Amino acid sequence: MTETNSELVRLSAAALAAKLAAREVTAVEVVQAHLDRIAAVDGKVNAFLHVNAEQALAVAAEVDAIRAAGGAEAEALHELAGVPVAVKDLIVTIGQPTTAGSKILEGWHSPYDATVVERLRAAKMPILGKTNLDEFAMGSSTEHSAYGPTRNPWDLDRIPGGSGGGSAAAVAAFEAPLALGTDTGGSIRQPGAVTGTVGVKPTYGGVSRYGAIAMASSLDQIGPVTRTVLDSALLHQVIGGHDPRDSTSLPDPLEDLVAAARTGNVEGMRIGIIKELHGEGYQAGVENRFNEALELLKGAGAEIVEVSCPNFKYALGAYYLIMPSEASSNLAKFDGVRFGLRVLPEEGPMTIERVMGATRAAGFGDEVKRRIILGTYALSAGYYDAYYGSAQKVRTLIQRDFDAAFEQADVLISPTAPTTAFKLGEKLDDPLAMYLNDVATIPANMAGVPGLSLPGGLADEDGLPVGVQLLAPARQDARLYRVGAVLESLLEEQWGGPLLAKAPSLTDASSAAGAALSHGGSH
Amino acid sequence: MTDATLSFEEAMEKYDPVLGFEVHVELNTKTKMFSSAPNVFGDEPNTNVNEVDLGLPGVLPVVNKTAIESSIKIGLALNCKIAETCRFARKNYFYPDTPKNFQTSQYDEPIAYDGYLDIELSDGTVFRVEIERAHMEEDAGKLTHMGGAAGRIQGADYSLVDYNRSGVPLVEIVTKPIEGAGSRAPELAKAYVAAVREIVKNLGVSDARMERGNVRCDANVSLRPHGRERFGIRSETKNVNSLRAVEHAVRYEIQRHAAVLDSGQPVIQETRHWHEDTRSTTSGRPKSDADDYRYFPEPDLVPVVASREWVEELRATLPEPPAARRKRLQADWGYSDLEFRDVVNAGVLDEIEETIAAGASATVARKWWMGEIVGRAKNADVDPGQLGVNPATIVELNRMVEAGKINNKMASEVLDGVLAGEGTPAEIVEARGLAVVSDDGPLLEAIDAALAAQPDVADKIRGGKVQAIGAIVGGVMKATRGQADAGRVRELILERLGVEG
Repeated sequence: MTETNSELVRLSAAALAAKLAAREVTAVEVVQAHLDRIAAVDGKVNAFLHVNAEQALAVAAEVDAIRAAGGAEAEALHELAGVPVAVKDLIVTIGQPTTAGSKILEGWHSPYDATVVERLRAAKMPILGKTNLDEFAMGSSTEHSAYGPTRNPWDLDRIPGGSGGGSAAAVAAFEAPLALGTDTGGSIRQPGAVTGTVGVKPTYGGVSRYGAIAMASSLDQIGPVTRTVLDSALLHQVIGGHDPRDSTSLPDPLEDLVAAARTGNVEGMRIGIIKELHGEGYQAGVENRFNEALELLKGAGAEIVEVSCPNFKYALGAYYLIMPSEASSNLAKFDGVRFGLRVLPEEGPMTIERVMGATRAAGFGDEVKRRIILGTYALSAGYYDAYYGSAQKVRTLIQRDFDAAFEQADVLISPTAPTTAFKLGEKLDDPLAMYLNDVATIPANMAGVPGLSLPGGLADEDGLPVGVQLLAPARQDARLYRVGAVLESLLEEQWGGPLLAKAPSLTDASSAAGAALSHGGSH
Repeated sequence: MTDATLSFEEAMEKYDPVLGFEVHVELNTKTKMFSSAPNVFGDEPNTNVNEVDLGLPGVLPVVNKTAIESSIKIGLALNCKIAETCRFARKNYFYPDTPKNFQTSQYDEPIAYDGYLDIELSDGTVFRVEIERAHMEEDAGKLTHMGGAAGRIQGADYSLVDYNRSGVPLVEIVTKPIEGAGSRAPELAKAYVAAVREIVKNLGVSDARMERGNVRCDANVSLRPHGRERFGIRSETKNVNSLRAVEHAVRYEIQRHAAVLDSGQPVIQETRHWHEDTRSTTSGRPKSDADDYRYFPEPDLVPVVASREWVEELRATLPEPPAARRKRLQADWGYSDLEFRDVVNAGVLDEIEETIAAGASATVARKWWMGEIVGRAKNADVDPGQLGVNPATIVELNRMVEAGKINNKMASEVLDGVLAGEGTPAEIVEARGLAVVSDDGPLLEAIDAALAAQPDVADKIRGGKVQAIGAIVGGVMKATRGQADAGRVRELILERLGVEG
């Protein structure tokens, strides 16, 4: 890799956009730099399931040609034109495979683009490829991918979070400046926390879900995965806004999120600590960084208040009824009849039921099967009221908790995840322990409110990234960017630069990054 | 294997039937219930589909607003209440005609509920059928089982699936249990389905062609001994797709249930398949009330909101109700009560209206439909409307008769030719050499011969008894093998005899 290339990949999307607009660099150079970086490090990280080099370079060349020609067309180019982006492999794309991290979709090519992908293409953002995930986004570690786990760039022996570990790791490892994720219970924010990146789950309905393979329709939301708060706002602005193909898409025009990120200000703002989302069960290093963030915000003029959300303690339980219930139905279509894997029974009669059964037995992994069975049971006659029905009531209670909290505070704050990245394999045999990692992120999905996770520093005990989560009322995503931008700049001032500057290079032959970090070395 | 049956009369002596109907109406919206793919019948398989209809990964449904309007109109025409908000649910079951392996259907929140329909039976008796609900859902694809016997899944080598019908908007109209019909149950069944069909056709929300499956009836039948309150166990005969079949299927099931009950066996709760050829049903699959479809509210759709203003706007657009329409048509056409009831009972009201619209007089239209076509339909065992007679054909035939080109007898023959697919009336007249003999030469010869053969009759006519002319006309017609124009023959006879007509 050339010096120029390694500098380019470390730039934020906003900085790349400025350099492209000023014609200091071409889009082809930018895309090539990222492709080179992927070639250099992805063997270790495994963030990408598919690299889309040819198409990405073609889009970049088109942008360069338009810029070179000048005139109205060049003027009309989107701010992010030529800035590359990676897409979580749960989101369908023409011209590239979409696997959802599952064997059941291996080799499947979608004949249509997701709405968010259409919008990336309309902005002429080159798509670098498709990123790894837990199968059908079911997991918190990316270990449930049928294509092998993604590794955390901070420590290759650790998980990058999940389900969107691929997108977070790609951004953290400078393989892409921007990526798309999906967040059903924390799949954007928790990977953001454990990889030292920024991730945003927009208000439910704020970004079209059309073309995102559904896990739990009432909880899923597509959002940006980036290294800076401003970059998230820029990407959010591209993908957000009403889509007539998604009935749950909000009709409201999108707020100016980029302006919010650029004019961050917390003076006089009431920021609420959620009593139930810190303290016991949270790693000491996580708690320490969280408290420091509060001090910084207070110093910048925010008023810190404490709010109580007593029903949040039921959120995880209710989530694990609603999510699998919806997933059991959403995943019924994967049956080998129309697309994807088809497995024939090895013996016995060749009936459609048996072909469907053999296909699903072979095509789905254990975690997916676990959730389908759980959801099928929860929706069964005689159990529906006790399980799905009760869980929906809890959902209403959580929404009321948020309503009450937002009367006392403009935004809420908590650690994003209770711990830093755990070791690969550590929780694989203990689903409940794995599920607990999402305890702080799930309430936002249950209520449909937006959440943002940004790096809060490194935990003292293991030197791994800690995430701070901001939550805002529904349709007030701009507040997240306003507060997030302030906190980010205060923290970076403290660290003397972006947190990711402290991450191992991954290309240095002697770095043995994983080993160094796992010994708790301070960076 | 055929099931034992009692005679209908004996069944009625012993038992009291309770009916229930689920009528599925396919709406004729331009696009499908939840996708922008065209809703068109009869195209090449799997051409009217997009990623939503195929249930590809990532797709989402969007409700068709016209389908909602049509559903509200149906609800209003059935005197139902319209829900202010209602939701769709998912009915989960694995079957390859349902691409998502769940059907998006309304479940506990139908758009229309608590209605009724007054059904007029053939003798003018009015019977009120209570409507429980009318709800929206999507149709499934169409499976064709290959290699087995008679298109059945049992024994088939493989099955083909056509998703063109997948996602076509349906309204399912469910009655409350219908009690008290007694021996008129089969007739009521036919009349009820005919009334629903008439309503949706009249509303313009469905093509309402039963032979294409636009209106499909599932008929529930149970029997209980006279005087007992509690319902018996029911069977559900699926997809009975003509009015006559509805009547026959209900009659058959009553007779079959009666035989089962008489033998001391319980009726099995199951679906039954109707067979037009044997006019009987065979066992389908067991159906229990506890079939677990794991219904839950469709999370990909927001609730449907029908504001009162909108409902009233739609109510204002409703066409005149069929009963009022019948009253108007009878007055317009000048039919007697008896003539009109016969027309209604024969199920040719729409056909006569179309024939009049095509240019025939009310009398001519009735003459053709009641005199010629209904009988043929009965022989062919189909509904008159399904015989394939085009109103234009009737108008053309009548025009030829009035022009004296052919007579009524020939016209009837030509109609047979049209139904046999031999071509247009003109082509058939030409091909069969059917033309009224209009050259007076051969006619006069025949007239002279007839007059000579019956001199006494000729004298009577000469003497002013013109009504006696029939015998001479008959002789001429016989001699010309019916090819002469009887009117012209009459004129020529009178001329020949120097008598004023």
